Amino acid sequence: MDFDYSFRWNVAFKALPDMLAGSWNTVETAVMSMVFGVLIALALTAMHSAPQAVLRGIAATWVSVARNTPALFQIYMLYFGLGALDIHLSSWFALVAGITFNNAGYLAENFRGGLKAIPHTQVRAARSLGLSSFQAYRLIVVPQLLRIVFYPMTNQMVWAILMTSLGVVVGLNDDLTGVTQAYNVLTFRTFEFFAIAAVLYYLIAKGVILLARLLAWRLFRY
Amino acid sequence: MFSTDFSASDLQFMLAGAWVTLRLTLWAMLIGTLSGALFGLLRATLPRATLPLGWLLDVFRSVPLLIQFVLFNSFNSIAGINWTPFAIGCLVLGIYCASYCTEVIRGGVLAVPLNVIRAARSLGLSYLQTLRYIVLPMAARVSFPGWVNVSLGVLKDTSLVLWIGIIELLRASQSIVTRIQEPILVLCIAGAMYYVMSWGMAALGCRVEQGWQEHD
Repeated sequence: MDFDYSFRWNVAFKALPDMLAGSWNTVETAVMSMVFGVLIALALTAMHSAPQAVLRGIAATWVSVARNTPALFQIYMLYFGLGALDIHLSSWFALVAGITFNNAGYLAENFRGGLKAIPHTQVRAARSLGLSSFQAYRLIVVPQLLRIVFYPMTNQMVWAILMTSLGVVVGLNDDLTGVTQAYNVLTFRTFEFFAIAAVLYYLIAKGVILLARLLAWRLFRY
Repeated sequence: MFSTDFSASDLQFMLAGAWVTLRLTLWAMLIGTLSGALFGLLRATLPRATLPLGWLLDVFRSVPLLIQFVLFNSFNSIAGINWTPFAIGCLVLGIYCASYCTEVIRGGVLAVPLNVIRAARSLGLSYLQTLRYIVLPMAARVSFPGWVNVSLGVLKDTSLVLWIGIIELLRASQSIVTRIQEPILVLCIAGAMYYVMSWGMAALGCRVEQGWQEHD
């Protein structure tokens, strides 16, 4: 083992402002994929217990494909697969859509578990009070469900942040990993740049968890 | 009407890739489970003393795997260790897997009621005997479903090793796509392979779990 490498941290620290801007893009991408993921997951959860077999089939297929194939494969499918059908998505859009697809699958499974904790009699009570079935779902089931699945959702949010790093594989260059890779290609200071990126990702992940704690403390006081 | 350049040797190439994926998963799970069991036991029995270990393992769960691969790979060349990319892939995935297994096994050990341990101790079993015959078997049953989940996660995360130049299933299908330009077909085959592997592992886990439940 011969160690004759001199670290040049100052080169890497000069790129810090750009990397912080990239971090912001990363957070934005993850938040967007999470918002759409939750909405789709709620729809999938409702579809799971729908009377129509087609809807049930769609929900089951979505969840099992999202959970049984790698996230990178899903992004490839959207980026290269749809490209072959002359639907050319930007790498950012393919990334967001891929992570959303993945998030929705995992969240739907969490929601389905959480739904078991909500007695079905509540829906019946809501219906007999005159709420439509959509109103009962939106006003009675969903608020309680979100409370039960809040911690799994926090985990999923952290995973969404980590998954955004896959964008670089389909050529995204303005998220944290993308910016890091761009600098890496210019300077070949791989270790320094990626070490800083790792620290930034760690801080973002911890920030998400801290924010979730604060939010839970504020939301679930009653 | 439907013609394709996808040949039998392409399929063979992809199957070889799938075999690399499986081998990576197995090695990672082996490293991860053994160290995860040790760390998990330590974390459960000595929570205060092993707090730094908990923080360290948490880092591997909070940094993207892709970046961990790049960091280990470049450290490998910086320090002149000269491991093969495959070994690095196994090591990184193994540590990543250990950080998850630790939590799973820690949860399982903590799920063993304290009264059961006290009962075992008062029956005259030594501390190690209690651990070996009472705590670990009970903890194993509780943590098994979580462990299967971790291995399914690792199977899917092996796809990221393509970044450090290992030709596994996804990379293999990508190079075939580059040649025959039929991404949908090739990627669907790759997806089906991943699906079958995941599904097989999940089914296997389910059977083991059911087999254990018979003795409860």
